[in-house]
Amino acid sequence: MSIVEENTSAVSDVDDEELRRRRARKIDKIGKWTLPVVVLVITLFFWDRLVVWNEIPHYILPGPGLVFSTLVADWPILFDALLVTLQITLMALAVAVIGGVGLAVLFTQSRWMEMSFYPYAVILQVTPIVAIAPLIFIYVDSRIAGLLLCAWLVAFFPVLSNTTLGLNSADHNLRDLFRIYGATRWQTLRFLQLPSALPYFLGGLRIAGGLSLIGAVVAEYVAGTGGIGSGLAFRILEAGYRLNIPRMFAALILIAVTGVVIFAGLSFISHLLLRKWHESALKREG
Amino acid sequence: MSISPAPLGSRAEVLRIEGVDKVFGGTVVALKGLSLTVNGGDFISLLGPSGCGKSTALRLIADLIHPTRGRITWSGGQAAGDLGVVFQEPTLMPWATVAQNVWLPFRLRGKSYASVKDDILEALKLVGLERFQNAYPRELSGGMKMRVSIARAMVTKPRLILMDEPFAALDEITRFRLNNDLLALKDKIGCTVIFVTHSVFESVFLSDRIVVMAARPGRVIRELTVDAPYPRDEDFRTSPEYAAHCRAASDALHEAMEGEAA
Ligand SMILES: Nc1ncnc2c1ncn2[C@@H]1O[C@H](COP(=O)(O)OP(=O)(O)O)[C@@H](O)[C@H]1O
Ligand SMILES: [Mg+2]
Repeated sequence: MSIVEENTSAVSDVDDEELRRRRARKIDKIGKWTLPVVVLVITLFFWDRLVVWNEIPHYILPGPGLVFSTLVADWPILFDALLVTLQITLMALAVAVIGGVGLAVLFTQSRWMEMSFYPYAVILQVTPIVAIAPLIFIYVDSRIAGLLLCAWLVAFFPVLSNTTLGLNSADHNLRDLFRIYGATRWQTLRFLQLPSALPYFLGGLRIAGGLSLIGAVVAEYVAGTGGIGSGLAFRILEAGYRLNIPRMFAALILIAVTGVVIFAGLSFISHLLLRKWHESALKREG
Repeated sequence: MSISPAPLGSRAEVLRIEGVDKVFGGTVVALKGLSLTVNGGDFISLLGPSGCGKSTALRLIADLIHPTRGRITWSGGQAAGDLGVVFQEPTLMPWATVAQNVWLPFRLRGKSYASVKDDILEALKLVGLERFQNAYPRELSGGMKMRVSIARAMVTKPRLILMDEPFAALDEITRFRLNNDLLALKDKIGCTVIFVTHSVFESVFLSDRIVVMAARPGRVIRELTVDAPYPRDEDFRTSPEYAAHCRAASDALHEAMEGEAA
């Protein structure tokens, strides 16, 4: 901010054209934040009016006010459920990262490994998780382990495929240079392939973050059993049976917010890791 | 056989290429009958139209590919750090600072940064970039990146430096300046260079031997000597001597391109 101000005071005789461009940029910047908020306010207003004017009963469509007060009133239950879902999601994401990166490294180190196992990784990816999940819960005793496995199955593939792509996309002249200097496999991996793969991996990670939340929620729908240690998906199911529609909406909002927070968090991490050198993280005028 | 290599700066033989052919995929003859002896302190240019096997020759010397026939021998054997390479692109690691990039040849030999810091700073000083040691490559201009690449190639004080059209992508002003600086460098550290170019002027200005090559199949058709003494400066660029050498090299290049569609 201060840099911008300094510049404007230092260069006093800018022409009208430039002033207009600056104003346009400023408006753009403000619009980026205010427009979504305006849309939200308008939507909430019409949602509320729709419910009030048509006298829609709350067990069919609750108004935004009721959803909010339910969110506050049911907070202890919903927050516990959120923690459970969040725990599954983050654990699945962690395992997806370890498994995805591990497999990717293995694949680039051994063509035989890649040829043997890559097709099965693809098959696991293209088979819908809702179709596999019931089987998993038959064979896996631990509920947590079952949920984790489902979420992992959904989330690990983008990490695997992006990291594999990244490991293989190291500059070929740099590869030659490493060979000329007699680099070992490990050195090439550590100093060339892993750094080259970082931007690709981070792209996969952002996708995987959203997918592990989806995996965790879907798995919980399938697993179904309730009581202590139930996540948000189960609370939605349960509220549905009891026609507690406001709570369904409240839980839904929590899931959506969680997804956004995970995405934003991973984007931030990605920015921190790449800001010094990668094109995607560089700010340029124009 | 343990003849130790001649000390840096000596005129003794560094490398000998004898009757080397390179055939790709059984049919593409990229190089035919290449023979060349490289002596310490030589600045040899490989000059020729594209596709005549210049890069192939360098890749053979760097042992990235192997000759189909013939031999390439380093006198006294080759040790780690004997070879430095500069490509047409700067080929820097974008995630590493300038100093870390120059550190690479040492790092791959297991040397810590602290133990070779002086060599790294000296190399950066030689290319005029000591102030930029902590910059990232993206913050540098094309010419500066190329300087970093040159610093990396010579930081181990190699017996031979290979350069594959290093300045071809740069504008003419930058290219002239880098030509001058490269010669100043050669003067200071007495390095031995094989320099690939398709510019007649560059080859005459820089080298004491010009190997003119023709394509299909890639082969040497003429070897010229530029006997003007080093150090050469801007005056050499405007001397009648320089013009005469350029004419000779240009004639040889035309001969090399005879029968080729432009
Ligand atoms: N890896 C390769 N496989 C097949 N043909 C190649 C390969 N590398 C080079 N060639 C061919 O060899 C010839 C010489 O190539 P190159 O050495 O790159 O020429 P220059 O560097 O002089 O432009 C060209 O015809 C090129 O197509
Ligand atoms: Mg070439």
